[in-house]
Amino acid sequence: MLTREQWTEKFVEVIAHASSQLPPDVLEALKRGRDAEEPGSLAAKALDSILTNVEMAKGNWQPICQDTGTPLVWIHHPVGMSTRMLTAAFEEAVRQATAKQLLRPNAVDTLTDKNTGHGQGPGIPTVHCEEWDSPDAEVRVILKGGGCENCGAQYSLPNAKLKADRNLDGVRRCILDAIAQAQGKGCAPGIIGACFGGDRGSGFVESKRQLLRRLDDHNPVPELDTMERDVLDQGNQLGIGPMGFGGKTTVLGVKVGNLARLPASYFVSVSYMCWANRRAGARITPKGEVQWLN
Amino acid sequence: MAKLTLPCDEATIRKLKVGDFLELSGRVITGRDSAHHWLIHDFRKEVAPFLKDSVIYHVGPVVKKHEDGHYTFVAAGPTTSAREEPYQADVIGKYGLRGVIGKGGMGTKTLEGLEKYGAVYLHAVGGTAQVLAEAIKEVQQVFQLAEFGVPEALWVIRVENFPVVVTMDSHGNSLHAEVEKSSKAKLEQLLGLTS
Repeated sequence: MLTREQWTEKFVEVIAHASSQLPPDVLEALKRGRDAEEPGSLAAKALDSILTNVEMAKGNWQPICQDTGTPLVWIHHPVGMSTRMLTAAFEEAVRQATAKQLLRPNAVDTLTDKNTGHGQGPGIPTVHCEEWDSPDAEVRVILKGGGCENCGAQYSLPNAKLKADRNLDGVRRCILDAIAQAQGKGCAPGIIGACFGGDRGSGFVESKRQLLRRLDDHNPVPELDTMERDVLDQGNQLGIGPMGFGGKTTVLGVKVGNLARLPASYFVSVSYMCWANRRAGARITPKGEVQWLN
Repeated sequence: MAKLTLPCDEATIRKLKVGDFLELSGRVITGRDSAHHWLIHDFRKEVAPFLKDSVIYHVGPVVKKHEDGHYTFVAAGPTTSAREEPYQADVIGKYGLRGVIGKGGMGTKTLEGLEKYGAVYLHAVGGTAQVLAEAIKEVQQVFQLAEFGVPEALWVIRVENFPVVVTMDSHGNSLHAEVEKSSKAKLEQLLGLTS
């Protein structure tokens, strides 16, 4: 069994991966986007620059983006492990990673408006712990920057303006609207995590959890798999393009989950993730052996 | 790719148009949310000479402080400029800025300010923090570091061949306005909202 200090060490490694090593499926999607754009266009040049940047960050183990974001953390842990200990260990990992410039000092006290200087504060990072039956632990992290977080949107259906009723077509309409509203401001080409159902809080959390999925996976629910493909195709028809310069590559992936809802409520929560989908995962055995997950 | 040396004069800026690629060299100052609020609420004479005829870069860098006290930028891509929309045109006019570096574009108030004062919006590629940090050769000075913290301080930097594209010029043209118009028309078509 690892000590709290040892957990912190492991978590710093996971943060280093997330900050500097873009997942291979995201890299492939960016390359496909670059190849689809007109050679010499603003869109192609933006994607070339992005691909160069990904390689530089990877080789030097430096942050892909200076906005190292909010660390969103999901930990599965064996029966009986203290979630308070794991949370404290991750908070300490954020402080250590900030001191090493793997993360930017990214927490601002909202009463004094002072940056805490060490990257941590109430609500940053957000750590979700869940018990499971395995003796191993699994930690998954997303670093989500502020520019794309500001592009998130929540809809309450029905919505007359979008002709969105309380059904799957209504959900599709909301997600497309959110992509159009974001334009290039969330660092397009983006990745969409969405959730319908839940309350205003749980819906957004689930929309973010969807961002843990690989871009090339399939939604196990056939209707949602179809919706994901349709919205990806239609989102790219909007022509917003990389950085909003215009072009064919506006979204790299769309991932949709659902929760139960109250009879009175029907929320569609949309989280926009920038192209720099800094996602990392590791499975950690009781002896501390690490297996990296994509 | 055309080169632009900073500081520069108004005539040089007036020649630039939407779609031009540029490599910037010379002195630039950084500033984002706290900085714009601070610049607008008084005349900050200590930083004014660094703004005059130069450009302000919307960025919150990751910065390393070395043992001898000097700083380098570890990662430094642009932040979303839209948040400075209420202040930008006034900051440009008040301090004689010739442009802004950022991402995502800005709105009509800024576009009018660019035309009135002779300035441009220069778009750097969002998220390319390593490519852009490599073009930042030196950190010369910093203002408001203790008050605003690392991301929000005003850093005076020297850049070399810093790549940008003009997306809003000083003649009323905005690539962002064009793309927004065409993409929203497409959305209405896809959703069957066109009457």
